[in-house]
Amino acid sequence: MLAPAVLYILLLVAGPFLLAIFYAFSDARIGNTRLHFVGLENFRSILQSPSFRIAVRNSFIFTIGSQIVVIVASSILAIALEKPFRGRGVLRFLMLLPWVAPIALGAIGWKWLLDSIYSVISWVLVALHVYKPFGAPMWLGEPHLAITSVLLVHSWRLIPFSTVILLAGRTAIPKDIPEAAAVDGAGFWRTEFLILLPMMMPIISVAVLFGIIFTFTDMTVVYILTAGGPFDSTQVLPSLAFTLGIQGSDLAAGAAISLFLVPLLVIIAYLMLRVAHRAEVT
Amino acid sequence: MAVVETRDLTKVFKGEGLGAVNNVNLETREGEFLVFLGPSGSGKTTLLRMIAGLEAPTSGDILIGGRVVNDLSPRERRIAMVFQSYALYPHLSVYKNIAFPLKAQKVKKELHKEKVEWAAALLGIGALLERKPRELSGGERQRVALARAIVREPAVFLLDEPLSNLDAKLRASAREELERFHRRVGTTTIYVTHDQVEAMAMGDRVLVLNKGVVHQLGTPAEVYDNPADTFVATFLGSPPMNLAGVAELIVGFRPEHLRPTASVTGEALSFRLRVENIEYLGAEWIVSGTVVGGRLGGKKVFSRLTSAQGLALEGTYDFAVPQRELKFFDHSTEKRVAPRAVSLQ
Repeated sequence: MLAPAVLYILLLVAGPFLLAIFYAFSDARIGNTRLHFVGLENFRSILQSPSFRIAVRNSFIFTIGSQIVVIVASSILAIALEKPFRGRGVLRFLMLLPWVAPIALGAIGWKWLLDSIYSVISWVLVALHVYKPFGAPMWLGEPHLAITSVLLVHSWRLIPFSTVILLAGRTAIPKDIPEAAAVDGAGFWRTEFLILLPMMMPIISVAVLFGIIFTFTDMTVVYILTAGGPFDSTQVLPSLAFTLGIQGSDLAAGAAISLFLVPLLVIIAYLMLRVAHRAEVT
Repeated sequence: MAVVETRDLTKVFKGEGLGAVNNVNLETREGEFLVFLGPSGSGKTTLLRMIAGLEAPTSGDILIGGRVVNDLSPRERRIAMVFQSYALYPHLSVYKNIAFPLKAQKVKKELHKEKVEWAAALLGIGALLERKPRELSGGERQRVALARAIVREPAVFLLDEPLSNLDAKLRASAREELERFHRRVGTTTIYVTHDQVEAMAMGDRVLVLNKGVVHQLGTPAEVYDNPADTFVATFLGSPPMNLAGVAELIVGFRPEHLRPTASVTGEALSFRLRVENIEYLGAEWIVSGTVVGGRLGGKKVFSRLTSAQGLALEGTYDFAVPQRELKFFDHSTEKRVAPRAVSLQ
């Protein structure tokens, strides 16, 4: 009964992966039928490209920044949604929407919300006299604002997933523990930070590691909101690989960029397996 | 001044008609060991949790040290609680578990070490301070939980079935240890259990609860020898008190008072018993049988004897209960009433 799993891995994981390695050492281009081995040439030219360096930097800002936002926001949400209250079911459902709705739809919604002319956010800020008419910033048009917007929209999308994981983690802690802390004299903050947070660490690391993978390998939000612009200022590794490799026809360069993701993802995968193992043991 | 006092304390959980705890009035005495005893669902844990401040009362007052504490959080009540599961913090060492209440109550850090070591020594866990809870046995965990409770010298100890997670052998020694611990620290203690042996053995007084209502509050001897109603009479004792309806009354007698007529002296109530089962329990025998003839005819009763010699299965024998050992209960209220003469013939 192993055959389907092996076949699946060979066809859909190993095949493309080996093909990427093969392309990365060649001069493959779309429409070109002849391949030549070019050694490390692709890697050398990528490392010298300023766009690549920006993309690497952005990938890290994007990943680390969004994970911080996600963990803080989802911890607060998990605390708020844990105890029963009227309308909790409805709120939990609404909270899940960004995750269950297709990301393309959500991102297009945000594209309009952040549009340079039609932005509802700008309109509200103008109405509140924060900005003069037509004086609101171009959310997606200025490099720093653009990467911040992309980061926040991506966080918005991951928060429900992380919240669900953290909620499950909180429910798994016996009620006696926070009660004992209350009797021992700990208030809300002490109970949260000294008792519950450390106990939640394994489950939080699962949420973070998943979040890192979802963010580091994802280009949907970047692609829909800014397509990497302005001037490559929001380009991340996957979107750069797509832009160069598919849209720019330079398969070899795209493959080489993609391979730069591999070592980091291997480390994360290793950490995930370790955390999962530890959670099983204790 | 009572350390803990409740006045008409009631708790009704949403969606349940009958209260989990109904109009409970009690006063602890300084330094006493008070046991809440009742079957599961009797409201004893809810009562304890209300005193701890973990559950808000529906009505009534809780006083600790003469002060109404209804609106105070658990931390402001100067209580310490040991949970059924012990609720040790799994990520903290034994030392840090015991020090946690000190830290939470902002006791000066210099004092922590001294106090933790004092509490640990008191419970004989000085060697375990660096361990994590998961590396401890059940008995050791219980001692850590007690140390964590004693470390800040609370006004009251609340213990919620602390022995129920231990195996039978350990339970007896842990019980004895707990009694010695209480004698040494002398702190007023409220102890919740469904185990009548624990209640009888440890309690200075026992509060018997059922369905949220207090049935009796008294010393172990009082609740055993003079039960206030049929519930107390049958909940305590194993096998429980024999009860039999006679006219407007229910007559009760403990199995140890039902003996072969030959060994009963003085005024006694006698009847013929057909023996149906004989159990040998080492130190004693439990004989059960059915009364033959008379007003109790067909009633199944238990007898606890030091020897069952001369009794055989399916044999019919004369048994008797000394008149002074008979308890009488009203048929409708099931409350205890004054003794009177009855005839079983």
